[in-house]
Amino acid sequence: MLELDGLRWRAGDFALEAEMQIAPGDRVAVIGPSGAGKSTLLDLVAGFRSPEVGRVLWQGRDLGPLSPAARPVTILFQDNNLFPHLSIARNLGLAVRPDGRRPDAAQTGRIGDALARVGLSGFEDRLPGSLSGGQQSRAALARVLVQDRPVLLLDEPFAALGPALRAEMLDLVAEVTADTGALVLLVSHDPKDALRFAPQAIVVAEGRAHAPADTATLLDDPPPALRAYLGH
Amino acid sequence: MAPRALAIIAGALVIGLTLGPVTAVILRAEGWSALRPGDWQALRFTLVQATLSAFFSVLFAIPVARALARRQFRGRGALVALLGAPFILPVIVAVLGLLAVFGTSGLANRALSALGLPELTIYGLHGVVIAHVFFNLPLATRLILQGWLAIPGERLRLAASLGLSPRAMWQVLEAPMLRSIAPGAFAVIFVICLSSFAIALTLGGGPRATTVELAIYQAVRFDFDLARAAVLSLIQLGLALVAGLAALRLSRGEGFGIGLDRVVPRWDSGGAARGLDAVWIALAALFLLVPLATVVWRGVPGLVLLGPEVWQAAGHSMLVALGSTALCLIWALPLATRTGEVIGLAGIALSPLVLGTGLFLILRPVVNPVDLALPVTALVNALVSLPFALRILRPEAETIRRDYARLRAALGLTGWAWLRHVLLPRLRRPLGFAAGLTAALSMGDLGVIALFADPDNATLPLKVYGLMGAYRMEAAAGAALLLLTLSLGLFWGFDRGGRVGARA
Repeated sequence: MLELDGLRWRAGDFALEAEMQIAPGDRVAVIGPSGAGKSTLLDLVAGFRSPEVGRVLWQGRDLGPLSPAARPVTILFQDNNLFPHLSIARNLGLAVRPDGRRPDAAQTGRIGDALARVGLSGFEDRLPGSLSGGQQSRAALARVLVQDRPVLLLDEPFAALGPALRAEMLDLVAEVTADTGALVLLVSHDPKDALRFAPQAIVVAEGRAHAPADTATLLDDPPPALRAYLGH
Repeated sequence: MAPRALAIIAGALVIGLTLGPVTAVILRAEGWSALRPGDWQALRFTLVQATLSAFFSVLFAIPVARALARRQFRGRGALVALLGAPFILPVIVAVLGLLAVFGTSGLANRALSALGLPELTIYGLHGVVIAHVFFNLPLATRLILQGWLAIPGERLRLAASLGLSPRAMWQVLEAPMLRSIAPGAFAVIFVICLSSFAIALTLGGGPRATTVELAIYQAVRFDFDLARAAVLSLIQLGLALVAGLAALRLSRGEGFGIGLDRVVPRWDSGGAARGLDAVWIALAALFLLVPLATVVWRGVPGLVLLGPEVWQAAGHSMLVALGSTALCLIWALPLATRTGEVIGLAGIALSPLVLGTGLFLILRPVVNPVDLALPVTALVNALVSLPFALRILRPEAETIRRDYARLRAALGLTGWAWLRHVLLPRLRRPLGFAAGLTAALSMGDLGVIALFADPDNATLPLKVYGLMGAYRMEAAAGAALLLLTLSLGLFWGFDRGGRVGARA
């Protein structure tokens, strides 16, 4: 269970409050106007920001004192998910061996499996820059697969892809996380993406992250805070 | 925590190594009574030569920069690149080249006597100013060229559509630009010339052409009057600080100049202006290239005259250059931040001779300073190069940290893995460039080493100076060519090493 307990964050005029529980394995979209704090919410869970008050808990354990890497969480950013000067294998190697040493045989096997899972077998020695946008997204997804954490945060990592490729990637994420049983939070600007990927959605608007509700219902009959954003 | 601790250690070392020698100098200085009348004359000469050098450098740079800004010709790129070369050119090499052109039996005097005109002399004020202009005309040209290229294209198009005369162009666009750029360029060059040592050592000297830096050297080496050297160091320190602060205010602090390969499209540049531009470009190119060409020309036969002591000196110089490069880069990496860059400036505020005098005072009670000549030279060279290295490394280092800090945290990379797999590989190009500059600067340095060294641990520049002093000009030319080759070779090698195989 991922639990946001009386969470509050503030910077100048900007404030964000959250109070919710999300079950392991759930896929949840995070939607709302830009600037409302969707990425901030993910940062609080990932540990890139610390709440003013409140706690983030996973299976009852307070994540507050843990660094981003020590949390049971991994994240895909909008960009810079891979080091561009390192081969795909080396990038994934750093994900399993953050001390920079060479992965052992078992770890190399895991890297190969992850690449196979995202359809990039044989791409080990390629540099990220030599891959297409979709392939780069797949490589980044392989990176979080080898990290193998129970919570996956997606901060619009596929925003630069076209609609068809984006849908394909979301399907792939749904597929692989169904295997691993990871909880997924997906920040999205596109209601269609949210509907396609996540049965539930968190609305972030007017300083509040609302507890997850059924995505289809939210989009059909949006609350006032979401209505203006969706243009209903 | 660890990187922060490293940054604090590195910063503390810079501050300690600058303030320590300064404190030693202050403690040793007993009062003005140690000075001799000649020392006041040295102060006056320092100010006069710096003013003249800065004035002529900027004055001649204006037409040259204007010509480069509005002309496209074959070799323009090479000429602009050449304008960056004096930065890594050993002073003693340039001096030999200038002697070959402007010296007693040089090309210029032969031409003058053929025309029945009186000879000019390179020694004294003339020579010091000519050499300073040789080194700083390119710098002034680059600074002013940037000003010209910064004039927005729309304004030039507007001026063209209004049909402004050259005079009106000057009043409306060019004069205001120069008013904002030229004072800064003047101030920067003035500061550089204030701490001129090697040029004053070789072309000046005597009671009428001694700079404060040269007076410090003479007080230490010939009179062994450390109290007087300390007072002179304080004077030099005061001069450099006051002028340096003024220069910082006046200049916008652009040094290496990127994007100078653009040509400003202009519509006012036909006819007579075209001819005049060509003359200025040709004169500047001749002034810069002929002395270097003569060094090569005269140096080749001298190469066979090089004795074992020259090769030994070359070995010392390589050791000093590589040592100070390694030291400078190790120092620069943790300091490649905004605060670090400010701290690093401490090295440039102090002249090497003042630092050297301070270190001499500190070391003398403990060891024989002569034994430490090479390590001290490497240390001071690293300290003096640090601001340039930081200027080159900081922007890129900050970009890397900004772009990948979150990925680093998400992966939990250790400091070592970050350094080894991310920071160093991604900094390769600027690291190569910074290493090249540091190595070349250190290779050609003729400053601190002169204070400390004896013939057994001379570096190559000092050896060239020694050969000149012994009137063995052929051997000096050969050694100078060797020095030039090694300096440029080090720069080229490091810079190229940073580029080859650098991945996107």
